[in-house]
Parts: sequence; structure tokens; C-alpha cells
Amino acid sequence: MDQDLKTELSKHGIFATTFEELYNWGRKNSVWPLTFGLACCAIEMIATTMARYDLARFGAEVFRASPRQADLMIVSGTVTKKMAPQVVRLYNQMPEPKYVISMGACAISGGPFRDGYNVLKGIDRYIPVDVHIPGCPPRPEALIHAFMALQDKISAQHLTGESRPRHLKRDLPSEFQVPELGEHGLEPQQNDEVFRNPLKVLQG
Amino acid sequence: MGKNLPIAPVDHPWATIVVLLIAAVVFGAIPLSLAWLWARLFSPPKPGIQKNATYECGLEAKGDAWIQLNVSYYLYAIVFLIFDVEAVFLLPFAAAFSGLSLAACLAMLVFLLLLVEGLIWACQKGVLTWA
Repeated sequence: MDQDLKTELSKHGIFATTFEELYNWGRKNSVWPLTFGLACCAIEMIATTMARYDLARFGAEVFRASPRQADLMIVSGTVTKKMAPQVVRLYNQMPEPKYVISMGACAISGGPFRDGYNVLKGIDRYIPVDVHIPGCPPRPEALIHAFMALQDKISAQHLTGESRPRHLKRDLPSEFQVPELGEHGLEPQQNDEVFRNPLKVLQG
Repeated sequence: MGKNLPIAPVDHPWATIVVLLIAAVVFGAIPLSLAWLWARLFSPPKPGIQKNATYECGLEAKGDAWIQLNVSYYLYAIVFLIFDVEAVFLLPFAAAFSGLSLAACLAMLVFLLLLVEGLIWACQKGVLTWA
């Protein structure tokens, strides 16, 4: 619908919308995160849900204890190599459409433990991440900002056409490869369908 | 409309119940069928092996759910039952003790005797001694 026509109509007290906008408005205001914390960032995540920061204002206070009922996975903290298969499996068990916020330096890249033998260098090696939040740990305001960025992303999605989100493309698989912890770390080291190596991206 | 029917529905004593029953079923069925329709038409179906797995804690299910417990646990069950049931009945018995008649007191003592009998049996079996 034409944006100018919409503003013109709203001046006359007529609210016009599309099915897509209404649908996305409902979706973005009812994102239920998974009850799932990995390290110290989880404490900030918990603080975000409490009365002082009050994530409930965004319709996301219902942390679900089962991946079957959750829309959003907040990877809050260091992902160890032992934990990574479980994280990917939980992501696979969430119903579509699903989103991932990678919270804090560890979840993005391994953070201060990047050189450790047992730390995964970023969860985006295995699952598609929608929003990254830098920080160690990020403050609750940062998580709220990430959440609002996710809401913007959801409301900008088109339900039809080639640019429609992944969950509406029927031929795409629903599950991502779960790595296995072998003798020399995780096997494979990254899922090439998901991971965009920053070095390769820089080189073009 | 009612005159053509053999029994006028309003006159029948159960008519209200029937109407309420139908209303209750319809009231429950409408949101359920709407949810089903919504799921059929709009929800993006992307099933998978892991998504349909039984266990939902991120771990893979191992082994059989039909595990067998050691049969010797029945002793614990019996001893637990003796003390549990005894405690449940002893408390009100003690609270109302001064106001009880002789018959009630005797009945309670018989009940206690039955439980104590179980305890003696367990004691003789050697359940109460630490191995």
C-alpha cells in the first residue's frame, strides 16, 4: 500500500493496514524466548526480564522451558565445545519461525576464551544468528536494543516473494547439522552453509 | 416448529441439559478447530528427525524407556507405607485423644497393632538393620 495514501488516510482518522503488516505486528510482539542460559551473560538476561528492565513491555516475558514453544534463542554466554551440539539440537527442535540473538563476546566469537582449547569460536558457525550484541557482558539495555532490532527485522519481513524468510520456503531443510565432539574438537569445525567466514568475506 | 415434532423439545425435562451439552461441545470445538485450521493453512511445516524427537533437552535419548527397577525395593515401599500411614493417622488421633470414646480408642489401637505387626515383620526380615 502506498505510504503517502496511508498517512493521508490516517489524517482523516482512517487506519489502513495490510495482512502482512498485521501478521508481522502480531509476530514481533509475541516473541517467546527459550529458557536457556550458558554463562554470565545469562545473569544479564535474567535481569532484563525482571521488573527493573522489564522485557515484558515487548511481549517477550514468557520464557518457555521447552524448545517446542519458543521462538527466540538467546545464546547468552560462552559456548563450550561440549555444549555446542546441545545448543544446535535445541535450535533444531524449535518450531519455525525462529530467531537467534548471539549475546556477548563469547557467543559471537569466543571472546576472551577464544584461544582456549574447549571454547567454540562463535555460535554462528553452526546456526544462523539474527542479531549480535557485543559486550562482556552486554548490559540489559543492550539486550533490549538487540530485541528491538529483532522486532524491526521481523516487521520488515515480506511473507511472499523471493525475499520471504527462511521458514516460508518449503524446500529448505528445517534442521542444521549437529556437530560432534570428537578427539580433536568439534567435527565439522563449522557448517559452511551457515557460517560466513569474516576473513573470506573481507577478501570478497 | 415444535408442533410437528413428536415431543416438543422445550417441554421435555432434559431439553435444557441437551441444549447446554451441545453448547458446551460447540464452545470447546470452535477454538480447537480454528487452531487446527490455522495450523493447517498458515503454520510453516518443517518437521525433522530432531524436531520430532521425544526428548527436548538438547540431549539425545539413550536406551529404553522401559527400564526395570530392582524388585527388592518393595521392602522400602512397605516400610514407607507403615510409617507414612501411621503418621497421617497418629496426628489427628493425638489431637483428639482426650475427647475420644473407648470404642474409638480401641479401634485406633487395633489399627496401630496392624501397622506394628507389619513393622515387626519387617524387623524380623532384617530390613531395619544396615547391611
